[in-house]
Amino acid sequence: MIALLMRDLRLAVRAGGGFGLGLAFFLIVTVLVPFGVGPETGLLTRIAPGVLWIGALLACLLSLDRIFALDWEDGSLDLLATAPLPMEGIVSIKALAHWLTTALPLVLVAPVLGLLLNLPGPGFPWLVASLAIGTPALSVIGTFGAALTVGLKRGGLLLSLLVLPLYVPTLIFGAEVARRGAEGLDVQTPLLMLAGISFGTMALLPFASAAVLRINLR
Amino acid sequence: MASLWEYANPVKFIRTTDRVLPWISALALVCLVVGLVWGFFFTPDDFRQGSTVKIIYLHVPSALMAINAWLMMLVASLVWIVRRHHVSALAARAAAPVGAVMTVIALATGAIWGQPMWGTWWAWDPRLTSFLILFLFYLGYMALWEAIENDDTAADLTAILCLVGSVFAVLSRYAVNFWNQGLHQGASLSLDKEENVADVFYFPLLVCIAGFVLLFIALVFLRTQTEIRARRARALLAREQVA
Repeated sequence: MIALLMRDLRLAVRAGGGFGLGLAFFLIVTVLVPFGVGPETGLLTRIAPGVLWIGALLACLLSLDRIFALDWEDGSLDLLATAPLPMEGIVSIKALAHWLTTALPLVLVAPVLGLLLNLPGPGFPWLVASLAIGTPALSVIGTFGAALTVGLKRGGLLLSLLVLPLYVPTLIFGAEVARRGAEGLDVQTPLLMLAGISFGTMALLPFASAAVLRINLR
Repeated sequence: MASLWEYANPVKFIRTTDRVLPWISALALVCLVVGLVWGFFFTPDDFRQGSTVKIIYLHVPSALMAINAWLMMLVASLVWIVRRHHVSALAARAAAPVGAVMTVIALATGAIWGQPMWGTWWAWDPRLTSFLILFLFYLGYMALWEAIENDDTAADLTAILCLVGSVFAVLSRYAVNFWNQGLHQGASLSLDKEENVADVFYFPLLVCIAGFVLLFIALVFLRTQTEIRARRARALLAREQVA
């Protein structure tokens, strides 16, 4: 398992593209927002948590079809399927690799972008916390979507259509934590719900993803 | 007494549905005409909402069917996964566009109703928003069916998507509820439809709901038949090409 994880990480770093692209996309979304809604500081402060969450979500989405596509093309996915590792484990490792290479950098860079959007001081720790807790759910759900569309030629667009409605609850609770944190309100309830979604998807969704992957490899 | 599973045989399914389809369609038509005419022309205007209340005869049944269609797809998907009856998978596929159209009808009539009542076509109210998300689920489901060439693979994948989607649809419903609590919500939005309906409106509404249910059944039967026949035609063509 660890070997597989290391392999995926190495590939992501060396192949370029996927690794930095998500970050660059996140930056671009954040920079575009003030152009779109106007540079008024008060307005930006108000929408900053939501914008940062949406930006992170879209950046995550961007890299989803890379999770299985390359392994599918060169046939290593078939090899993995015949490995002694259960498919559920492979899927979980893939999700973890996606999280480490795409989501974790987003979490780390989010405070800097929060500065750009004039996020209020108390919002920073909660923004990072909500992203850190919520993005694993995004990766796991995304892995499910990627497994669904792995055999398709133009899976990328379909993937976003399939995955976006599944992202809604995570987005709602994640952005709510960040928003309440920024306004200095009590964040306990949405934070617990967000953690619940993350742990729930981590526990259950790999089974669905593995089943879907087996069907696709049949 | 024959077992229910015999209808998993496409020939038997077509034979039986052929026999009942005219009756169901006729009954659906009668119910819809009676219910809508009764509702539109022979009920008094509501004292608060005036004549706009009459859109309820389209709005409530379509909203009901939009959710029940997904429920039916969920059951059909489970049957496909567990017992692998092709008719079941095809019925789920046949129901999806009908359900999507029902969702659109519910959203559209809701907007038309909401405009004079709330002064806006759209509000980010939990009910409205979760319906929009339901519509997205329908779109994704249908798109996945279309995208995959192999029929059995498509049936398997969409069935699992339907299961996962159901969980997330319920989750979204509650998440959306929660999400809107902190935001502005006018009192008129929480207007409870059950309380609103007096007996005069209630009976034509029931007839309309019955009409929509029958219409849904008729459409699903028809579309499933079409799908079975299309598959047969494809199989025959393929055989001709080989020969």
